Amino acid sequence: MKVYADNAATTKMSRSAIDAMLPYMEEVFGNPSSLYTIGQEAAEAVYKAREKFAKALGCTVNEIYFTSGGSEADNQAIRSAAEIGAKRNKKHIISTTFEHHAVLHTLDKLQTEGFDITYLDVHENGLVTAEQVAEAIRPDTCLVTIMYANNEIGTVQPIREIGALCREKKITFHTDAVQAIGHIPVNVKEDNIDMLSLSAHKFHGPKGVGVLYVRKGVYISNLIQGGAQERGKRGGTENVPGIMGAAAAIEEAVKNLGENSEKLLKLRERLIDGLLEIPHSVLNGDRNSRLPGNVNICFEGIEGESLLLLLDAKGISASSGSACTSGSLDPSHVLLAIGRPHEIAHGSLRLSLSEENTEEEIEYIVSEVPKVVYYLRNMSPVWRDLQEGKKDYVIQ
Amino acid sequence: MLYSEIVMDHFMNPRNVGTLDDADGIGEVGNAKCGDIMRIYLKIDNDTITDVKFETFGCGSAIASSSMATEMIKGKPLADALTLTNKAVAEALDGLPAHKLHCSVLAEEAIKDAIKNYYDTHNIEYDPAQFKESGHSHEH
Repeated sequence: MKVYADNAATTKMSRSAIDAMLPYMEEVFGNPSSLYTIGQEAAEAVYKAREKFAKALGCTVNEIYFTSGGSEADNQAIRSAAEIGAKRNKKHIISTTFEHHAVLHTLDKLQTEGFDITYLDVHENGLVTAEQVAEAIRPDTCLVTIMYANNEIGTVQPIREIGALCREKKITFHTDAVQAIGHIPVNVKEDNIDMLSLSAHKFHGPKGVGVLYVRKGVYISNLIQGGAQERGKRGGTENVPGIMGAAAAIEEAVKNLGENSEKLLKLRERLIDGLLEIPHSVLNGDRNSRLPGNVNICFEGIEGESLLLLLDAKGISASSGSACTSGSLDPSHVLLAIGRPHEIAHGSLRLSLSEENTEEEIEYIVSEVPKVVYYLRNMSPVWRDLQEGKKDYVIQ
Repeated sequence: MLYSEIVMDHFMNPRNVGTLDDADGIGEVGNAKCGDIMRIYLKIDNDTITDVKFETFGCGSAIASSSMATEMIKGKPLADALTLTNKAVAEALDGLPAHKLHCSVLAEEAIKDAIKNYYDTHNIEYDPAQFKESGHSHEH
């Protein structure tokens, strides 16, 4: 059986997204900046796509900027707020320790440029609170950037409250909503969001297309200088087919959101219950304030990469926060941020579901994962020491 | 693919997994914090490795390196086992990705550590220079 359970990494494109793209490669291939008919048809199509995103997010079309993806949107949002902050002599930014690297590395760069960054600690349940933000705000704070939902452990942050606080304090609030959009209800007005990043390939759209929402009146600067595309804020000929696919995907995702999340919640709960039956395993992140498709569990005594390779051999595609899968010596910064010790963080498994997953697939995962975990534990010197009482279990 | 066919074979079907109850030497390198620990058990008779087993907590290449290295020393005189290099292990595996080469280093060090343990526990004199501390078994 083949089970794709890594939808937080990327999703399979939907048929409607693919169908929405094709005409803009073969027939209406014109440049939206061109005056002749197929150029103008492309321009109209991009406008309609912009309308779909505006509707999905609860904003106006002029607040939507197409980018090459979530990372570019994050970079542009943070850079813009920093630039205006620096002009006003406000060089303090508030974020969290478990953001995506597109945010963390942009902040690292700003730190070398003289910005002071406060990284809020994340509680063991994978959540930060508006109170923490309130305590961290200073007179020179120019930006708060906190993710909507975490990409590894799926925890959904109290964005509306944090947004309300920032609005009250007149501080720009950006949220990386790459994992949230299309999966849980998001409304930029109701949630008091000034800037929001999203990425189309996380909700069955194409790769290479993102959106930066910027509330009217909030300043943004260019990352990419060029032509007058995106109202002069992002040079470069529009990725018309990609934008069309993204728009079809967001429309479909929002339309089916209620139905999909109901289905996903059932699958997720069954999967969590099934996997936690493995002794010395623990769920990472709050069980309730969590994306409907996210499961992330640590198994004591084993290492994540070998777990993934063995699951792959059984047809299951998943992800891990082990160092070996991150290409560095340290395991997932997210798992460390919620207080998991290194040796436990190495043994994590993330399964991220989509509405295309079936109950049958979930039962297959629930039956195969324990076999692989026991197999690896049987050859693990760490597990032997735990079993023989030479070391204490971290996960009871 | 990240790994060669030989790495995948030794990972999926590791040779010499397990423990030896009557081991003459036991070696262990790595630490759980870094995500890899290798433990090697040796049975030694007449200066020859008559049996070898391993236990590894680690990634695919760590398990494959353990498996390959134990195959390479099984039945060999101790003097030969002491000359086994991480390079030879990596080559026998048809190469490892650059960021995984430390797994082959662990295999070499685990074997040396087990032989040293054998010498120490059997009061056999040896040249300590053979077992230069590489530092890999400590924290990165």
